[in-house]
Amino acid sequence: MIKVALAGQPNSGKTTLFNILTGARAHVGNWPGVTVEKREGLYRKDRTNEAISIVDLPGIYSLSPYTTEEIISRDYLLGKNCDIIINIIDSTTLERSLYLTTQLLETNIPLVIALNMSDELQKSGKQIDVKLLEKRLGVPVISISALREEGINELIEAVRKNAKKKRKARTVLENSEISETINLLEENFRSNEVVEPLFHAIKLLENDEYEIKKHPEALKFLKNSDFKFTSTTFNDDVEAFIADARYRWIVANLEGVVSVVTKEETTPSKKKRKLSRTGLADKILTHRIFGIPIFIAIVFIIFHLTFSENFLFIGGLLGEDFVTLPGTAFEGVFGEGGINSPGVILFNLLELACNSISDGLASIYKGPAWLGGLLFDGILAGVFAVLSFLPQIIVLYFFISLLEDTGYMARVAFNLDRIFRKFGLSGRSIIPMLMGFGCSIPAMINARTLKSEHERVATIRVIPFFSCGAKVPILLAVSGGIVQYFGVGNVDIIVFSMYAIGVVLAMITAIIMRKTMLKGETTPFIMELPPYRLPKAKALFIHLYDKAKHFVKKAFTIILVSSVVVWFLAHFSFNWEFLEDSQIEQSILMNVAQLVRPLFTPLGFGSQLTKYGWVFIAAAVTGLIAKENAIGTFGTIAASLAAAGLITIGGDSDVDSVTAMIQLTNINLPALLSFIVFNMTTIPCMAAVATAKAELTRKQFIGTIIFWLVVSYVISSFIYLIGSWWWTLFIILAILGLAVVGYFLYQKYQNNKVARV
Amino acid sequence: MKTICNLKYNQTGRVVAVHGEGHVRKRLFDMGVTPSIEVTLLKCAPLGDPIEILIRGYHLSLRKDEALLVEVEVLE
Repeated sequence: MIKVALAGQPNSGKTTLFNILTGARAHVGNWPGVTVEKREGLYRKDRTNEAISIVDLPGIYSLSPYTTEEIISRDYLLGKNCDIIINIIDSTTLERSLYLTTQLLETNIPLVIALNMSDELQKSGKQIDVKLLEKRLGVPVISISALREEGINELIEAVRKNAKKKRKARTVLENSEISETINLLEENFRSNEVVEPLFHAIKLLENDEYEIKKHPEALKFLKNSDFKFTSTTFNDDVEAFIADARYRWIVANLEGVVSVVTKEETTPSKKKRKLSRTGLADKILTHRIFGIPIFIAIVFIIFHLTFSENFLFIGGLLGEDFVTLPGTAFEGVFGEGGINSPGVILFNLLELACNSISDGLASIYKGPAWLGGLLFDGILAGVFAVLSFLPQIIVLYFFISLLEDTGYMARVAFNLDRIFRKFGLSGRSIIPMLMGFGCSIPAMINARTLKSEHERVATIRVIPFFSCGAKVPILLAVSGGIVQYFGVGNVDIIVFSMYAIGVVLAMITAIIMRKTMLKGETTPFIMELPPYRLPKAKALFIHLYDKAKHFVKKAFTIILVSSVVVWFLAHFSFNWEFLEDSQIEQSILMNVAQLVRPLFTPLGFGSQLTKYGWVFIAAAVTGLIAKENAIGTFGTIAASLAAAGLITIGGDSDVDSVTAMIQLTNINLPALLSFIVFNMTTIPCMAAVATAKAELTRKQFIGTIIFWLVVSYVISSFIYLIGSWWWTLFIILAILGLAVVGYFLYQKYQNNKVARV
Repeated sequence: MKTICNLKYNQTGRVVAVHGEGHVRKRLFDMGVTPSIEVTLLKCAPLGDPIEILIRGYHLSLRKDEALLVEVEVLE
């Protein structure tokens, strides 16, 4: 088995190449730092020869680690884990990309250079002399295009040929002022049996923090030697000298390698146009005045296209029945009064299909009543309640992927860094937060790109407040119920405000954390702004297909099992007696939920509701397993209650179930809003909790769980109290004011104490 | 001392020295901000910070705090 490591700078196309080589479908985006964890796969073609395993590593600008994910890459490369490195290089930023190469050359690991995006460079009218570059670097160079799958076979051939060959470490610092010291240190490392002595010798001279921590004895050796660096330009600054020497060597050796193709020169107008795509897009998207309004507009349009039932607000313009199609099977699918947005239309169509299936099955079913109850009220009601939201989630993912693939994400960070810094976060943390709208799990892992530990912890804690795709069913079903029962507002306006509450809450809690428990500097904002690229349809659809598959799988596994469990708990008493639908009051579920009801009274869905109010609690608790479950539980319980004749569900949809439950429980509007916010901000799903646990230390993790519980409880009760009795606003403000004053007095007292000591 | 912040938009300067210390300085080196290289100030973000520069043929964004560490001489 040949073990290959893919190493390269961020956004150079490592993951695209990895996907081609292994047939995997790892996520790719156009911004630095998409991959933060290494992953492994087998080369899928050419099974007759020796197998090749490939490891995709997080992007690194140099081998001096800076953030968590960069340490992963360095440790892997130097840990004798691979036979050969493919160093993938973005041809359009050759100079900077080769900086990492000069460091990889300092190891003994065989190396092959994959010159990626050479087609893009050609388009800008330049060409690379591959043979000459190969001669200058002393390692094989293969020109590839990962996107077009060109040059892949040649690359694998070069890997096979070079994997077992020995390569001797070399450095661009040979024959420099410090080469003698390098030799001395290298000898010292070698005598101590450290692998890769040359590499470590140079890193030590570079004053690399990670190196000094790992080899303090070598630093002592260096201090005791009579090494003294002086230079006319750099004084005693070895670090600057080495960085400069590397870049000087690169520039000198690129002489004659990159040439401007004459053909393009004769058509300067065309060339100019090509070059200005990024420039022009940036002129608009990061414009001094319009940049931020455009960002807000883009976000609003995304939500509008996904959730609105009055598409482009053209509702009233056309006749009432123009899109409603009364009397047909498709009544209301495309709109009711207004035209539905694409997301809502797809949702309605799928819901129609789901209902036809369960109605069809119910009409031909002839088995025992309890089994029918389990099948239709338990399983189908639960699973379909969740499944019908798939289209809207996919539409939302589609837009988020679009932001990632075009390169706009990095610009959002650029535009908003200044605001975020006021909150104690950096622009860089915007990226994981925006990812949180898709799913909290990759978002929390991506927070590794943040240098400052406290900033990273604060970011992970607020990520769930950026309501994820799985919370979409809760948002839509409950706001749909609000509109239907109370006749106020529009679904999209309510959904949009709920998202807004989440974001504002994230900002406020971030400030509080960064001013109290998690003080410290923000991550510097030295970030590459990648060129804009058109998203590739194939990659986009594969990504959406995977998301859809994941969601459907979840519906038929976790949601299905939970629905069955909820149904059983609602149909069995503590004596394990089967209960009819009408006997639900004796069920285990109801008795347990009754017990904890008082806890939720301040939130509006506790003891003040009628005796069926426990449904909301059961929904919130099952939501901890997977967020969609909350709505699945509504579906299951509502179906059982309807079978018992306690409620009549107006229509076939989940919104109708929620409406019926509102009527039955007598819950008020603020309490429903509080219910949405509680589900949105409390402990996220099991999978996200497990991720947070893996990303944080034990103490940080426990703090995070408490944080989620306290914040969701407090904010939901504020919403309920202020919504129900507006004058409580003043009491709450007074309490908050006292808390702030108290905290600052306490701080002052602490500072004085320190000063006195 | 003149820094990147003293450049006008679309004006080019040559890096004389990179000040500061520790991680920030190392990262600037890694990104190719080394003595004698030319940088062009392209623009600043809508709220005045961070800024965007052109260096070694690619676009880099950094905060003014970080740009103040990069001493330059202004070229015509």
